Amino acid sequence: MSTEVTDATFEESVLKSDKPVLVDFWAPWCGPCRMVSPIVDQIAEENSEKLTVVKVNTDENLETASKYGITSIPALYVFKDGEVAKTIIGARPKPALEDELSEFI
Amino acid sequence: MTDTQLVIIGSGPAGYTAAVYAARANLSPVVIAGSVTAGGELMNTTDVENYPGFPAGVQGPELMESMREQAEKFGAEVIYDDVSSLKLNPGAHEIETALGARYTAQAVILATGSAYRELNLPNEKKLSGHGVSWCATCDGFFFRNQHIAVIGGGDSALEEATFLTRFASKVTLIHRRQDLRASQAMQDRAAADEKLEYLLDSEVAEIHGDEALTGLTVRNTVTGETSELPVTGMFVAIGSDPRTSLFADQLSLRADGYLNVEGRTSKTAVEGVFAAGDVIDSVYRQAITAAGSGCSAALDAEHYLADLESAAKQSGAKAADATAIPAPVGS
Repeated sequence: MSTEVTDATFEESVLKSDKPVLVDFWAPWCGPCRMVSPIVDQIAEENSEKLTVVKVNTDENLETASKYGITSIPALYVFKDGEVAKTIIGARPKPALEDELSEFI
Repeated sequence: MTDTQLVIIGSGPAGYTAAVYAARANLSPVVIAGSVTAGGELMNTTDVENYPGFPAGVQGPELMESMREQAEKFGAEVIYDDVSSLKLNPGAHEIETALGARYTAQAVILATGSAYRELNLPNEKKLSGHGVSWCATCDGFFFRNQHIAVIGGGDSALEEATFLTRFASKVTLIHRRQDLRASQAMQDRAAADEKLEYLLDSEVAEIHGDEALTGLTVRNTVTGETSELPVTGMFVAIGSDPRTSLFADQLSLRADGYLNVEGRTSKTAVEGVFAAGDVIDSVYRQAITAAGSGCSAALDAEHYLADLESAAKQSGAKAADATAIPAPVGS
């Protein structure tokens, strides 16, 4: 399952992770974020061995969001060895997301 | 394969209203709502002030949730998946989804809505999500105290512009004509907004930025003169195009790309296929007109299915008569 990560825990949970981490940047007021969230949860569950999945509420954690230049959400970023390895902007259906994430899952 | 009487494709006001009417007529409609687009365009809006029955206004997502709930209450089944293929065969239209579900339907209502139009300029795609946006309610928050441009002159553009002044230091509305198309109510509200300024008779000629948007070159559509606008955010609201790719090769489209229906009905060129909402409406494009046309489509589908059933009963009765003839003795 995906967990919530904050500005305080981002480095430890995401940047220092051994596994690639998919970060779902979202906010409560964002309709498309709400739609894509359960799909991200499914992907998390089905690929838990290969990929860690976390969520960052950008409303409460603006520091991390602005550090990575997030200006549109939902934004799905994959971090590998502390670096951004993939960015997906906007909500997509599950097969399209799996396709884009194929190198990590 | 699931056999159904009615499949509704789309879940904006047209799709859900069709579902409410069809469910109340005991047609057990299946609504294929979309995996990430369920609820349609109103999911990306905040206050809806012109939907009758809500004198205090209603939040777009809340309105769509209520419509879904109402449809489900009467027996509509809402599926959060996307149609990947549609084969129109009168009698048993075939629908397949991205996740592999398959349906046949005696009747189909197409309520696929429309998709945002793009400027089609270099850098637009590259900077999408890095300053270029199509959803003010989603992304406005990230542009606090920044200068934002909004492109367009209709209701959506003005709504986005006035919404964005909550966050921005300044919002510049760029519209290629002198006159705005937006409603008077919207224009009055915009006129009262001190953070909003206008660049009329103007269009975006270039989008600048490497990693993120840094500015626009704006061309005056009358004089041809260009000027620079140093914005870090750009919201595009220049209208939308009907979403017809699923069936463009099977149904007749109008010259402007909208799906063709017969007169004031919802009937398309193929028997048992009906359409509603923005995909057929190039003129009004309101939540309430979409809802109204969803109602028409459900009633048309209901009549069609009733005729189909009574025709089947009649031919069934004839067949029964035929089998009632005594077999020759001695066979």
